[in-house]
Amino acid sequence: MRNIVTIFRKQLKETLRNKEVLIQFLMFPLLAVFMTQSIRIEGMPPNFFVQLFATMYVGMAPLVSMEAILSEEKEKNTLRVLLMADVTPWHYLAGVGGYVFLFCMLGAGVFCLLGGYGTGQSLQFLTILGAGILVSMLLGAAIGAGSSSQMAANSVGVPVMLLFSFLPMLSVFNTTVARVAKFTYTEQIRLLLVSLGEGAGAGIREGVLVIGGNLLLFGSLFGWQYRRCLGGNKWLPQKG
Amino acid sequence: MGTLIQAEHITHSFGDKIVLEDISFSVEQGEVIGLLGPSGAGKTTLVNILTGQLEASGGDVRILGDGGNGSREPGARGKNLVTGVMMDSFGLYERLSVWDNLRIFADIYRAPVSRIEKLLDRTQLRPARNKTVSKLSKGMRGRVNLCRALLKEADILYLDEPTSGLDPSTIWKIHQLIGEEKQSGTTVFLTTHNMHEAQALCDRILLLHEGKIVESGAPEDICTRHDSRREIEVTLRDGERHRIPNARESEGVLSGWIREEKLRSIHSSEPDLEKVFLDITGRRLSD
Repeated sequence: MRNIVTIFRKQLKETLRNKEVLIQFLMFPLLAVFMTQSIRIEGMPPNFFVQLFATMYVGMAPLVSMEAILSEEKEKNTLRVLLMADVTPWHYLAGVGGYVFLFCMLGAGVFCLLGGYGTGQSLQFLTILGAGILVSMLLGAAIGAGSSSQMAANSVGVPVMLLFSFLPMLSVFNTTVARVAKFTYTEQIRLLLVSLGEGAGAGIREGVLVIGGNLLLFGSLFGWQYRRCLGGNKWLPQKG
Repeated sequence: MGTLIQAEHITHSFGDKIVLEDISFSVEQGEVIGLLGPSGAGKTTLVNILTGQLEASGGDVRILGDGGNGSREPGARGKNLVTGVMMDSFGLYERLSVWDNLRIFADIYRAPVSRIEKLLDRTQLRPARNKTVSKLSKGMRGRVNLCRALLKEADILYLDEPTSGLDPSTIWKIHQLIGEEKQSGTTVFLTTHNMHEAQALCDRILLLHEGKIVESGAPEDICTRHDSRREIEVTLRDGERHRIPNARESEGVLSGWIREEKLRSIHSSEPDLEKVFLDITGRRLSD
């Protein structure tokens, strides 16, 4: 537990000095605040920007953060030093993962406040975003663990992030995209948030199934990448 | 004093390329042993195997204090021995300060904060305590790296090229620290391609060339063994130079010069480690 707390503290200090990761945590909550306060269009659904930006936030921030942190630690050999210092890969992942989850949930809290939900709805809102953040983190961790450098991680992570973040927005305007997007966790999160806002409770079963399916899929992908790149002594130099 | 590390018939290859071939040696408790060889000789690979970072293709490494029969599983650490490792790459958190970098590892090693303070003083890093690592010179980063390795109060200290690319003043400081560690009884396993460093610090040396140990022993013994000329070079005050046999027969001539205060300098003809290496392999250590 002590090692997990140490990694958590290390990550907190590092992120506060890492503009690239910090901006991921702040950008969408701030954008949502700005757009909600400054734009009023007649006929626009209530909390439109909150739902849209919260969905994009879930698709972007946890994924990019996990991917960037893991790939940087691999590239700069800091992960190797940590693992040699008796920090197990699971301690490390729990420390970094716990940190990213907590920080992202703070962002989720900002969206929640902005939406003006009641207590019950707030809990549901945070649960939905929490589930999405978890799926994104697994996907980001899979990309980061499997990449040898930050550049390699970005070349995979950025298109994946754009896909999952923008599909929900595109599906609002295009029914064909919506038919495909409904199998992604980010679109289901958007639909669940819309449903929550309307108090309808519709589509919960489908949402849980798709998000659960995505969680399993990306969890397996991460498990495979973990065994391939971090498990045993795979994190160690395999040459020279 | 006893054997701390016993390496037997270690071989390792990356694909078809054999990088270590039938390496056997032992390291005694409290000694400083140097692995000397040019770049690409297999030094880092051997350290990676000894520290459990890499599984050797063949052979066996026994670490006293591992418990059981002393056999080391790949990646396993000794149960009773504390190991400190300074790797060739720094692996420091560049956005964090010197203090933060050391604090992370002090927490992991359960080392008291006072240990960091002590090491900052020993490495003269106290003025840079709150500096961000990215703003440090290479020499200072090297010292932070060494500090991190020393946080553990290790029984065995593996130092992989600790002074590579550093300025003379930093090298001197690091040599001082290694000497202090030896004084306190720490066993030091040092890899270097710097023969002066090996000669100054090591009790014993293993000369590594293309994955094989081509010579081993105390630095002076190695040099004496390869002294084919066995001569003494004498320079007199008037500039006259003489080469006389390094043997009893020269005693009279030499004591005569000393008596008459004619002597300016006297050198034995033993080759240095660089010359020995060149003789054995046809390559320079600095290549």
